[in-house]
Amino acid sequence: MSQITLNTLPSEIKDMDAAYSAAGGDAAVLHDHELASLVISGSKVLNANGVEGIVLETQETEHGVDVKLTIKKGYKIPHPVHLCFGLIPQDGLQEIMMNFVAEEDAAVELVAHCTFPNAIKIIHRMEAQMHVGKNASLKYTETHFHGPYGGAQVIPRAKVKIEEGGSYYNNFSLVSGRVGSLEFDYDVDAEKDSVCEMVTKVYGKKDDKIRIMEKVSLNGENARSVIKSRLAITENAESEFRGITEGHAPRSRGHVDCLEVIQGNAKAEAVPIIRVDNPLAKVTHEAAIGCVDKKEVETLMARGLEEDDAIDTIVKGMLA
Amino acid sequence: MSYILSVKNLVLSRDGKKILRGVNLEVGDREIHSIIGANGAGKSTLAYTLMGLQGYEQDEGSLIFNGEDITKLSITERAKKGITLAWQEPARFEGLKVRDYLAIGAKGDGGVTEEELKEALRKVDLKPEKYLDREVGEALSGGERKRIELASIITMKPKLAILDEPDSGIDVVSLKEIVNLIQTFKENGASVLVITHRKEIAAASDKASLMCEGVILRSGDPLEISEFFKNRCIPCDSRVSPPKAA
Repeated sequence: MSQITLNTLPSEIKDMDAAYSAAGGDAAVLHDHELASLVISGSKVLNANGVEGIVLETQETEHGVDVKLTIKKGYKIPHPVHLCFGLIPQDGLQEIMMNFVAEEDAAVELVAHCTFPNAIKIIHRMEAQMHVGKNASLKYTETHFHGPYGGAQVIPRAKVKIEEGGSYYNNFSLVSGRVGSLEFDYDVDAEKDSVCEMVTKVYGKKDDKIRIMEKVSLNGENARSVIKSRLAITENAESEFRGITEGHAPRSRGHVDCLEVIQGNAKAEAVPIIRVDNPLAKVTHEAAIGCVDKKEVETLMARGLEEDDAIDTIVKGMLA
Repeated sequence: MSYILSVKNLVLSRDGKKILRGVNLEVGDREIHSIIGANGAGKSTLAYTLMGLQGYEQDEGSLIFNGEDITKLSITERAKKGITLAWQEPARFEGLKVRDYLAIGAKGDGGVTEEELKEALRKVDLKPEKYLDREVGEALSGGERKRIELASIITMKPKLAILDEPDSGIDVVSLKEIVNLIQTFKENGASVLVITHRKEIAAASDKASLMCEGVILRSGDPLEISEFFKNRCIPCDSRVSPPKAA
């Protein structure tokens, strides 16, 4: 077990704890030495705590931090690893270069909160390489909070490789506060007998801009994937979704599922793209854009909710 | 007898066609009242109009509920007065947990306890430990969603529950449970207006009304009305010999 806390003022920790809580996290987990955690504020590592089976390396750079997190061969990490990336000021740039490796037969759940509670003019860029080894499992849950002003430009990009028998689950959520601008781009290569599931949930308001690109290449025999997107946009927000699945191998199976709810003057575009070049592969898709279901709204109104509260309940349920 | 609901000369047109052609109906306090009729008679339209759904605003007529004119009230306002509706085909509600759905109707009544949520599910023959934390739309069968919708009405404790074919999607074995549930609504102080094709449900009613082509033809003893429907109205369904209004 290793605990690193360097050049850190108590106020910085307090501010990040508050920001972490605002993003929906429980700040206590960041101070529990029995749990692995990493806290980065701007370009500063506030806390890096590893546990047995995890090698955690960080390098501060001019505008961010390079992170390498390795789960050693055969280790099943019993508790989630908690990650917190944030910027407290109203403006600034944060660049996180991540390299996650789950070695053969390893298993880990990463719970990340990215929080920019005061964002007026903030850019957060994440470039990630994720490698899921043979029969390994990596579950990555990322919850964002960009504050109420819409001043965040967030650009998460990841290249993921899942080896034979490996499992990769990604769950991205940005449903509280404003989005600002989001350019989400994940690209996954899935080998034989691997499983990939990616879920994105985003709620855009005012003039938020959402662009989601997710691609899975089913390269190995019997590889399986699901891309699931749930977007709600209102007022003048705009969204663009591209979900791409390519079936290149026998008995590979993929599905793209996008559901978008729009209200007000919002504009949405959803394009599921499926490509198959192996006759034994099968990839399917479904996409729907529309207003909130009238029967659902009226059912909740018939239980006593006002119309706006009914719509809010339905949208929050879809994004939960 | 005091009436919880009085419907007077209710007229509703859709796409230029009269669907309700002057409905007159009275539902007594703590009364189970069945509406029987062939497909297309206007039964569901009547239910939607009573609830005030969008697109079902009446052209003429009045609705008196609990002594108050509710003709111009919205769905929410009617619900807050104590009227609610269970659809023939319930909504799916992706992501909404059963426990949250059941609690919605009880919000204006000081909330609902965990035990009340569980009891509501037990009354519709669903195990709380299996269903309470599931999602309403989570690949549940039509019958399960129907039961959950009825459970949401139990927690709401309405004065008038309008049930549009509560037996649809539910197997014959469970029909008795639906009948028992309707009786439970009554025992809890509610009136029930139930739209049904099932003689078992009609037989458990205090009163029944026969609806045909947008009007109530006759009201009275449920068994007599059921027999009249069976013997006289089936030909009507094939448009051979419409019965005369009583």
